Amino acid sequence: MSALQKMMGWIDDRFPLTSTYKAHLSEYYAPKNFNFWYFFGSLALLVLVLQIVTGIFLTMNYKPDADLAFMSVEYIMRDVDWGWLIRYMHSTGASMFFVVVYLHMFRGLMYGSYRKPRELIWIFGVMIYLALMAEAFMGYLLPWGQMSYWGAQVIVNLFAAVPFIGEDLSIWIRGDYVIGDATLNRFFAFHVIALPLVLLGLVVVHLVALHEVGSNNPDGVEIKKHKDPVTHIPLDGIPFHPYYTVKDIVGVIVFLMVFSAIMFFAPEMGGYFLEAANFVPADPLQTPQHIAPLWYFTPFYAILRAVPPLFGSQFPGVVAMGMSIVLMFFLPWLDRSKVKSIRYRGPIYKVALALFIISFVGLGYLGLLPSTPVATIFAQVFSVIYFLFFLLMPWYTSIDKTKPEPERVTG
Amino acid sequence: MKRLKNFLLLLAAAPVLAFASAGGVHLDKAPVNLADQDSLQRGARMFVNYCLNCHSASAMRYSRLQDIGLTEEQIKDNLLFAADKPGELMKVAMTRREAKAWFGAAPPDLSVVARSRGADWLYTYLRTFYRDDSRATGWNNLVFDKVGMPHVLWTLQGEMVPVHKKHGEHDVIERLELAKPGSVTLAEYDAQVGDLVNYLVWMGEPGQLQRKQLGLIVLAFLAIFFVVAYYLKKEFWKDIH
Repeated sequence: MSALQKMMGWIDDRFPLTSTYKAHLSEYYAPKNFNFWYFFGSLALLVLVLQIVTGIFLTMNYKPDADLAFMSVEYIMRDVDWGWLIRYMHSTGASMFFVVVYLHMFRGLMYGSYRKPRELIWIFGVMIYLALMAEAFMGYLLPWGQMSYWGAQVIVNLFAAVPFIGEDLSIWIRGDYVIGDATLNRFFAFHVIALPLVLLGLVVVHLVALHEVGSNNPDGVEIKKHKDPVTHIPLDGIPFHPYYTVKDIVGVIVFLMVFSAIMFFAPEMGGYFLEAANFVPADPLQTPQHIAPLWYFTPFYAILRAVPPLFGSQFPGVVAMGMSIVLMFFLPWLDRSKVKSIRYRGPIYKVALALFIISFVGLGYLGLLPSTPVATIFAQVFSVIYFLFFLLMPWYTSIDKTKPEPERVTG
Repeated sequence: MKRLKNFLLLLAAAPVLAFASAGGVHLDKAPVNLADQDSLQRGARMFVNYCLNCHSASAMRYSRLQDIGLTEEQIKDNLLFAADKPGELMKVAMTRREAKAWFGAAPPDLSVVARSRGADWLYTYLRTFYRDDSRATGWNNLVFDKVGMPHVLWTLQGEMVPVHKKHGEHDVIERLELAKPGSVTLAEYDAQVGDLVNYLVWMGEPGQLQRKQLGLIVLAFLAIFFVVAYYLKKEFWKDIH
């Protein structure tokens, strides 16, 4: 026995190192037919690590103080060694996190990855998405620019629309009557410790649940149904390591090229990743002409604005916005189709999914624009389609003409 | 099917919405060229002479001007009016309270003004001041109506006056005309403002040239890494069918 084997034996007697490595990497059997859409899960993990590491370095130089915050970001950009790179990595990473997560969720919709027995993976995923939105929202206040300030003002004011307790609730959240130093400090605390802990925990349970039932694949058939009679290894499964680790490296490099192209050559991304108005320090006395949230929130912002106020209260819009996310949790039970993958679904689901994606992107676009009567009509149409996609799903997925699923995975 | 058709019609109209949100005064294209160090140096001198009396650039250190080819001696001898050491930040003596009393609004810090306003806006703004006796300062501006700032560069540009034209019921300003020439021609003035805006763009992010240089190296590295990783993946996967 070599020294290394001896050492591993010593550890394995005390900690499940080898068995964990086998269960999650070298003997975790993933379907061999993963395609392009299966890169985004590991990429999301990569961006999470990137955000945490760059975040730690930013925290070393950032000042969560209403008088100092704005200039401390400029200090990072100018006087901290490599500060500009760390800051741009973090700001680009925030937007790219949502790009990756949206593509990851779209993959789930296409191939029915939320269906039995993967309901909990999906639910944990939606919770990750919610935590990520909170994380991004609170992080966006920290540079203390005009858009940070007024974006937070608008969103926290939504809580004021809750009947009876709204006013008190919004003051409790802000710690002040307006967004102020107290708000900045608590958002900083949530952004750098509370929510990252929640996110990490959720990512762990998301992966544990995934590795318990095994990955879905573009055919939506279970590879565990056909196992080798001797080894009990799925016939269409291959060990995650080394096959998918070497494949994911290729995906990571392509992703990093896109990421670098943005970060080094267009870190503002035409005002979508870093808004021009956020280069003006927060001024509680001057409301910007046009307040828009960052692009990844705009679909929900558009839904909020599309719902007309009731008795002068914004509450119905707030409820609609909340419902638009809550509905996602029920997806595994709303879908009644006999098949999982879009490859074997009938035309109705394909059209429904296409309309849903167009509506979601359309809402995202409208949420960036100032509210006009025409834009509101568009947003209302898109919002109705968004909700009907979920609410009518039990009906249209059960009448849809599906094709027979193959027994084994195809190419 | 009809629903789908209506929907596609709606989509076709979407770009119109984008257009509807634009508007305002036409902005001239600023001649930004960060590779032109002479222009950046001329711009820096203009900035220190004309802007840095009221406007601060409190994220910017004088010593950083070495990045655009000035030596520490040159900075010390020619540009340090409001500071003692080149390592200091570009601050001004005027307090915000005083500024507010004198101008109605405190002159904003200009460290990142090019990133919030955009180069074209600045370039147009600094060239479209005109005489307006209804204003306390005697000046107004085409892109920033009722601006609090007087025309600081008027000795250079001279005095512009508006030429009106009828637009329906209203009188609108068609263009500006030079009423009293300044110390330089209008073409020379445009070039000087161009230098100043070039400098402001550079000052908005002094590291931006290094950023792009590093970006090329990183992308080249990733391209090579991609080839290696691609063949590694192919090699591992050749027994999977």
